[in-house]
Amino acid sequence: MTTESKQHDHINGAEALLRTLLAEGVDTVFGYPGGAILPVYDALYDYADRLRHILVRHEQGAMHAAQGYARATGRTGVVIVTSGPGAANCVTGLSDAMMDSTPLVVITGQVGARYLGSDAFQETDVVAVTQPITKWSYQVRSADEVPEAVAKAFYIASTGRPGPVVLDIAKDAQIGMLDYDYRPVNFIRSYNPEPVIDHDAFVRAAGLINEARRPLILAGQGVTLSGAGRQLAELAERASIPVGCTLLGLSAIPTDHPLYAGMAGMHGAVAVNHATNRADLIIALGMRFDDRVTGNTDSYAPQARVIHVDIDSSEFGKTVACDVALHGDVATVLDGLLPMISPARHDEWLALLADCAATERAEVVERELHRRPGSPMTMGEVARAVGEAAGPGTIAVTDVGQNQMMTARYFPLTEPRSFISSGGLGTMGFGLPAAIGAAVGRPDRTVCYFGGDGGLQMTVQELGTIMQYGIPVKMILLNNNFLGNVRQWQNMFFGARFSQTPLLNPDFKAIAAAYGIAAEDVARREDLPAAIGRMLAHDGAYLLNVAIDETDMVFPMTPPGHPVDYIMLTPDKIFSHD
Amino acid sequence: MTKNQPMRQLFTVTVYSENSVGLLNRVSNIFTRRCLNIEDVSASVSSVPDIHKLTLTTWADRPTMEKVVAQLEKIVEVLKVFLYTDEEIVYQEIALYKVPTTELISSGELETLIRRHSARLLEVTPEYVVIEKTGHPWETEALFDCLRRYGIRQFVRSGRVCVTKSPVEHIDIFLEQQRERQQKLNENG
Repeated sequence: MTTESKQHDHINGAEALLRTLLAEGVDTVFGYPGGAILPVYDALYDYADRLRHILVRHEQGAMHAAQGYARATGRTGVVIVTSGPGAANCVTGLSDAMMDSTPLVVITGQVGARYLGSDAFQETDVVAVTQPITKWSYQVRSADEVPEAVAKAFYIASTGRPGPVVLDIAKDAQIGMLDYDYRPVNFIRSYNPEPVIDHDAFVRAAGLINEARRPLILAGQGVTLSGAGRQLAELAERASIPVGCTLLGLSAIPTDHPLYAGMAGMHGAVAVNHATNRADLIIALGMRFDDRVTGNTDSYAPQARVIHVDIDSSEFGKTVACDVALHGDVATVLDGLLPMISPARHDEWLALLADCAATERAEVVERELHRRPGSPMTMGEVARAVGEAAGPGTIAVTDVGQNQMMTARYFPLTEPRSFISSGGLGTMGFGLPAAIGAAVGRPDRTVCYFGGDGGLQMTVQELGTIMQYGIPVKMILLNNNFLGNVRQWQNMFFGARFSQTPLLNPDFKAIAAAYGIAAEDVARREDLPAAIGRMLAHDGAYLLNVAIDETDMVFPMTPPGHPVDYIMLTPDKIFSHD
Repeated sequence: MTKNQPMRQLFTVTVYSENSVGLLNRVSNIFTRRCLNIEDVSASVSSVPDIHKLTLTTWADRPTMEKVVAQLEKIVEVLKVFLYTDEEIVYQEIALYKVPTTELISSGELETLIRRHSARLLEVTPEYVVIEKTGHPWETEALFDCLRRYGIRQFVRSGRVCVTKSPVEHIDIFLEQQRERQQKLNENG
């Protein structure tokens, strides 16, 4: 916005907040009203035609919906809630967004400035509570601070490594009057989101790539966040480098790309994990070597030089040492690096990965996707069947656990921003509201939610939001009447003592019906394709309650604490390549 | 944990920041997450107007501290963070001792004590004497040991303050880079 469009008006802080949201390009917010945020909701009454407010059923739902919205659109998600319990209910979502680098601006109402610190009704010290789990957390105590604080919040949330920002706005700041003057923020003295990349580092990185005989790219969400999908494919194709994706990096490159080798980490592809410990070069693009990716770091990638590209320099050497650090966003770095990369072929190396993939197909994938007739259904076959029927461009949003891993492994992903899941925090209950946010943000794409019976019930109240706004989320409930992932760990590591993991479940179809949402139960494999067809053809939300084999486990698996290439193909078979 | 435990030593961390509410909380969070105890802390203005400086000391190994510094620099209001060992800085602390007057005077050692320890008297009343001593921790501790026999009624020692042995305020380079960045942003509209 230029200075000509500056607006001078005498308005209150609540209206200034809404005007600044509009000026920042916001058209949708997720929220829930309450005492300390009432002036904002009052102002919203007059802005309803310009600012779409999605009324959720619980503040946690607003958070995950805003996260799903941000992840699907690339825009900053916005949440408005009240003080005390409203703000406290946002904590899980903030922590999740912080871990997964999701840009959010969360507006929390706060008691009047003169009551601060007095244990007033619905007062929580929101700034103190949220400091460790936000990129920035700031309390606004007077109306004239509002426009700048909001502009600053958007600048901080969306630049550099994105993350959640909390603006805690005291009631007086909402009621107080100011002369409105909006100026976008593009500079903060103490904050530099656009590092200058050292030319020598480019030269050294290019040298390592051009000399490598067994290079492997590990692509993280940084590729998606910086819009570097094209550059990633170009690097991989020019130098014939296989690509593994982290959980959050999924869909950075299409899953049917010839150089795509699968997901990295605990339940990742055999090819990627085996290759990691045989590679002579790891090119880490916008990923952070999470422990679920590396397994035991002492034995991680022992033969490899490591090039680490990240916008957040605190990630360099945090868990895995790097030989060359390229401090910048992946797109900018690859734009600088690509002209220095020579064409290369690594046929033998790619053949090794293909061998691993063939073993995985025979030992794991076949068993998951093609069970004998009459046996109970598996999560993998359902995720694959839905993905194939839904077609290109579909967004898969998952909950956490087996449903998440199976969707990550078997759902085909063709376009960027097609896979939305809670990675770092692993928040059960994330999926349903996140799917709502994704569907609100991308009405042009089909959104499929995959969740378990445990996770769905953690935020099941958001069916009310789906009902109220007619949000067309296709819900696939992978129902094994168990907390499946915990069950798997109990089965493997705790002597099959299934402590507190069986669930007595309600009639999910009846619950959907109560919300006026179409639903059906699917218990037999032969009924699945037609049911998926009905779900996708239905105009609006649909719940498919699929009965899943409770004994189904996610493989391959690198057990915690083991080297990443110690890969269990079945409970009693370890992968080896000779 | 790596097989060879890196050596733990006392580090001094200086954090240059905007003067904002709650910053100390954010800074200390990063230490407490890693179970690092902050030995002492002092907050002060710096030589640059509007820029504040926290000085903290902590026992840790260098790899850990380098990660701490990188995470401290992620705090939006933090401009720059520096990590020093004792050899790289000139540092000082201040200690105050309150001792009963009668015991101290009657010992006849007051003058010797003050001279030997380069301490000074801040206040003398019929009941107590307040002595001030600046120095390194071992120096303030040495005086503490000498005064102990007279019965120390109160004792307090400040956090460390320090300046580097290099000729400039290190923050200047960062500020210059940011000024150039801002200029470029303004030129590009």
